[in-house]
Amino acid sequence: MARFPEYYTLWDRTGIYALRAVAGLVLFFLMAPILVIIPLSFNAEPFFTFTEGMLAFDSEAYSLRWYGSILENPNWLLAIRNSFIVGIAATILATTLGTLAAVGLANSAMPYRRLITALLLSPMIVPLIIIAAGMFFFYTRFNLVGTHLGLIIAHAALGVPFVIVTVTATLAGFDRSLYNAGIGLGASPMRAFRDIVLPIIRPGVISGGLFAFVTSFDEVVLVLFLAGPDQRTIPRQMFSGLREQINPTILAVATLLVLVSGLLLVTRELLRRRSDRLRGV
Amino acid sequence: MMTAVSDQLHGASSPDALTREEILASRRQLRRRRLVALGLVAPLLAFIIFAFFAPIATMLYRSVYNPTVVELIPDTLAALGTWDGTGTPDEPVLTALAIDLKRLANERTAGRLGEEFNRALPGTSSLVKSTARKLRRADDAELAASGATMLGDIDERWTSTDLWNAVRETGRSFRETYFLTALDLERTPEGGIQLRESARIYIPLYIKTLRIALVITVLTFLLGYPLAYYLAHAPPMRANLLMVLVLLPFWTSLLVRTTAWIALLQTNGVVNSLLMGVGLTSEPLEMMFTEFATIVAMTHILLPFMVLPLYSVMRGIDPSYMRAAMSLGSKPIPAFWRIYFPMTLPGVSAGGLLVFIISVGYYITPALVGGTDGQMISNIIAFHMQQSNNWELAAALGALLLVLIMVLYWVYDRLVGADNIKLA
Repeated sequence: MARFPEYYTLWDRTGIYALRAVAGLVLFFLMAPILVIIPLSFNAEPFFTFTEGMLAFDSEAYSLRWYGSILENPNWLLAIRNSFIVGIAATILATTLGTLAAVGLANSAMPYRRLITALLLSPMIVPLIIIAAGMFFFYTRFNLVGTHLGLIIAHAALGVPFVIVTVTATLAGFDRSLYNAGIGLGASPMRAFRDIVLPIIRPGVISGGLFAFVTSFDEVVLVLFLAGPDQRTIPRQMFSGLREQINPTILAVATLLVLVSGLLLVTRELLRRRSDRLRGV
Repeated sequence: MMTAVSDQLHGASSPDALTREEILASRRQLRRRRLVALGLVAPLLAFIIFAFFAPIATMLYRSVYNPTVVELIPDTLAALGTWDGTGTPDEPVLTALAIDLKRLANERTAGRLGEEFNRALPGTSSLVKSTARKLRRADDAELAASGATMLGDIDERWTSTDLWNAVRETGRSFRETYFLTALDLERTPEGGIQLRESARIYIPLYIKTLRIALVITVLTFLLGYPLAYYLAHAPPMRANLLMVLVLLPFWTSLLVRTTAWIALLQTNGVVNSLLMGVGLTSEPLEMMFTEFATIVAMTHILLPFMVLPLYSVMRGIDPSYMRAAMSLGSKPIPAFWRIYFPMTLPGVSAGGLLVFIISVGYYITPALVGGTDGQMISNIIAFHMQQSNNWELAAALGALLLVLIMVLYWVYDRLVGADNIKLA
């Protein structure tokens, strides 16, 4: 209590402690469910709950069997493969088209800028179930339902808004005179873009790409409607697992996914710092 | 934009005004920049129109257009054209239907016709199927001569007025019926519109969806506001560190977080073991597959969407306002309500509308933890898409949901500005 200034009344101090307690509880509410699944995934029994042995820290109660069962199950292996194929392809598509468009939208000569930006951002707002139903109706005509290509196109459309938002944000801090200087020194617009603009906005592009990848990697509603058994992805496999036969393999996969999101979080934080440094913020 | 620039150029009439050539050159340049900008945006725009807008448009079209019956029994409908809707249609119409039914029986599509009729007149599905089965081996010449009598002999319902009204109703390709159903309305025999007398399902479900979304929004606000306040006023090092605890759940897969709640809330789950362990309850509580589970899990999943905008607004508030209020004699609590809280309202409305919009359209979490009690509008749309195969009704329900979301988004744009969408 000594750290508080003299003039703080008991009332003020109680308030500050109460705030801390509430903030701590909310952080606990946010993290606890995620942390609970990690020890549960090492359960030796096929349950979703702590056994008495686990609570007594009996080493026999823990095992890696559910991690092993991921590797033994062809469905999970196929799902992992598909998630990466679809995720990476959708990311490349969304990032390439999205970056070009964001550069175009940053140009003050762009007509109907507000309207077009709103259109390009709308996949972020419309509920997934509506997108899924519409895509199911429309993609059927092009035989895209039940193909990898259909899923890639669908996921790329979902990822586009994130690329637009992040790249636009980095471009907002971009000093256009750098580009003009390049042109003034005789570079072609292509070269000036490649050698001057792109390196500076790269953190925004990568960060948008990360968002697009995570969106695809985590998406399940469109997969439920558009994918056949050959296109099942990790979230799809988890969804059917949770609906049909619950077993801790799902918890093992979930634990691995928490690790992946931790890595993504770190990557994005590093990118943000780099971007701030490059822009001289 | 173009006109604004050229007005400026023309308006310059001082001695050193631009020459005509200079004006033309600058216009040319502007046009060129415009084309370049458009050229950069065009590929993505074309892609989004194909991949996203065309599907949405198809869905909207589907909500009023259903050609199934027209494709299945074109001859019957053509013959029915002149029927006035009273009594039984003339014999040729019944004969045409008998011939159509035989064909459908052999094509094995009578079931689809039965399904369509059944939606207009419940109980008709089996009638269509059994009649088609009996007509499958009927002699063509006999059918053409006395199809009407054969139909009446198989089941006298084929001569009822109600049934033929259902045939006529489903025989229109463009129908507003799906929207009427989605709004719990029905046609009266006189052609007016009234509230459906049998079970009203969808309007209560929309209201329930809005209510659940509102509860979640309020909960995320009550939990998120103190946390954001604490983080915004903590020393930067600690705030950054604790922020990770908000961002990690934000970046963690939705399925993972839903899985976690299943592990926590199920009958033999962690929460029940804990409650029974400390003796708060002797029987496990049934929390899974309830509205409670939907609300708790979604509050957890959407909480970061509330905390992040609040945090960024609170970080931008100058602490000297509060100090000024206090030094002028205000007590902390009135100063908070009258000075600080109003300044955080942009963050409250941004976070609140975001959470509300996302929860109104939520599907996965209610589907997994909600049981029958915690289902929302998205779940019934999925049900009609995947189980009852009533795609047109699903499309109509989806169209209404889309309107609802667009109204909310319009409010969001008014209050917050859609340009202010930021990513953590």
